[in-house]
Amino acid sequence: MDLLTPSIGLIFWMLIGFGILFFILAKYAWPIITKSISERERKIENQLSEAAKAREEMKNLKSEHQALLIQAKDERDQILADARKIRDKLYEESKEKAYQEAQLIVEEARNAIHFEKMKAMTEIKNEIANMSIEIAEKVLQKELSDKTQQEKLVNEWIKELNFN
Amino acid sequence: MTYDRIKTPFICLSIVLITLFSPIFVQASSEEGKKFEPGQFIIEHITDSYGWHIAGEGEHAIGISLPIILIDNGTPVVFMSGKFHHGHAAYKGYALGFTPETKGKIVKLGGTHSGYTGTLEEGTSYEIDTNASLIDFSITKNVCSLFISIILLIFIFLSVAKQYKRRDGMAPKGLQSLLEPVILFIRDEVVIPSIGEKKYEKFLPYLLTLFFFILINNMMGLIPVFPGGANLTGNITITGILAIITFFITSFSSNKNYWKHIFNTPGVPWWLKIPIPLMPLVEIIGIFTKPFVLMVRLFANISAGHIIILGFICLVFIFGGMSPALGYGVSAVSIFFYLFMGLLELIVAFVQAFVFTLLTSLYIGLAMEEGHEEAHEEHHAPMSIEKE
Repeated sequence: MDLLTPSIGLIFWMLIGFGILFFILAKYAWPIITKSISERERKIENQLSEAAKAREEMKNLKSEHQALLIQAKDERDQILADARKIRDKLYEESKEKAYQEAQLIVEEARNAIHFEKMKAMTEIKNEIANMSIEIAEKVLQKELSDKTQQEKLVNEWIKELNFN
Repeated sequence: MTYDRIKTPFICLSIVLITLFSPIFVQASSEEGKKFEPGQFIIEHITDSYGWHIAGEGEHAIGISLPIILIDNGTPVVFMSGKFHHGHAAYKGYALGFTPETKGKIVKLGGTHSGYTGTLEEGTSYEIDTNASLIDFSITKNVCSLFISIILLIFIFLSVAKQYKRRDGMAPKGLQSLLEPVILFIRDEVVIPSIGEKKYEKFLPYLLTLFFFILINNMMGLIPVFPGGANLTGNITITGILAIITFFITSFSSNKNYWKHIFNTPGVPWWLKIPIPLMPLVEIIGIFTKPFVLMVRLFANISAGHIIILGFICLVFIFGGMSPALGYGVSAVSIFFYLFMGLLELIVAFVQAFVFTLLTSLYIGLAMEEGHEEAHEEHHAPMSIEKE
């Protein structure tokens, strides 16, 4: 058979055969294959982007978490500092109060002592005065039996009294 | 699971092994030849034939007898090609052509031998009925090979499609994972860049069919024994039909812009169009040269590959005719070159299928293009490949 002349039989069978091949493949093979390939591609792409999104979210969540942690720590520190301040203040206040109260008590005590002292002094004075009067009575009763003696004594006392 | 994994390399390995042992088959066929004629030997191997010769020669030839279907003046005649005894016999008045003009064709004997069945004696003159109108629809070697490849393709892709259906959304496996990169390559590197993201889907099924059809026939042509060995994609009829289909698709999918580009090429001085329509003429010729070049390229590349391989094998017998020792010596070198060419042809098989598909999709893309700017840019892309 010739190399360069086309033969009718081959043209005929080629058209039929290739037509059938194309028909069958185009109907039963290529749509399924290309569709499932592109669908899978889309699916993989979606999953990749979702994974990226999830990673991003995780990162955000983590940073949020961290921020929350830092905030909590700050708050705790704040609370602790406040508590310390309050405690110090209370301590100072109570100290002041106690001091004042003590001062008051001391003052009162001092006043009481002074009062008691005054009272005792007055009593002692009264007692001494009474005793002096009694002694003086006795002495006078004795002394006044003698007239000169009486005079001398009165003078003496007067002298003494002036010195007092 | 393991079966699937083993299957693919096994097929590749068997192809390589068959290729390796092919010189032995050929050697057997010319053991008792009288005078070895390399030219005739090669042409017989790359052209079509009525029977499928496997081994042996003359009386001891082993081959597959294929059906011959003739339409003789409207009446169909069917018989097996084995009846011809390789041109040594006539059947019901039909015989293989024996004159230089009718060589390789079927002729109808006329005169006293019309309707003759029996051996054709050498030295006897037989009259040929020149008035007979014989239309030859025989299942020749190439037609048979065409059917085998079509059945193979349908089987392969239907099973792959079934796999895709069954393993929806899962990773590819087995045959599926062998073919998926190729399908993706055709889609992403060939069809989408040439036709464009929007319109490619309509043409993808045809272009994939085209690619795999050329690829499988190129590869089968490299197998020297029965299921392969036919030079189908190196046959001008086959490549011509594929090119004509490309031509029709290109013409029917073309838009106004494409025809405007042909009849009134923009950016060309007016005196090239009026009064002598030089540019339109060139462009119109271009419409036909594109598919013509497609046809010739595939035909020439594949036939040339076959011719070179057969040439290396012929060397063994040419030198063997001089002295047997020389024949054995040369055969070692020949086999080495044959192996080298075989591997090269494996690349060519892929490249030619790729080029044909790429150019077809580029022509379709050009015919559907809207603007002018990209048209010129893309016009350069196939040029580098066309030198192939």
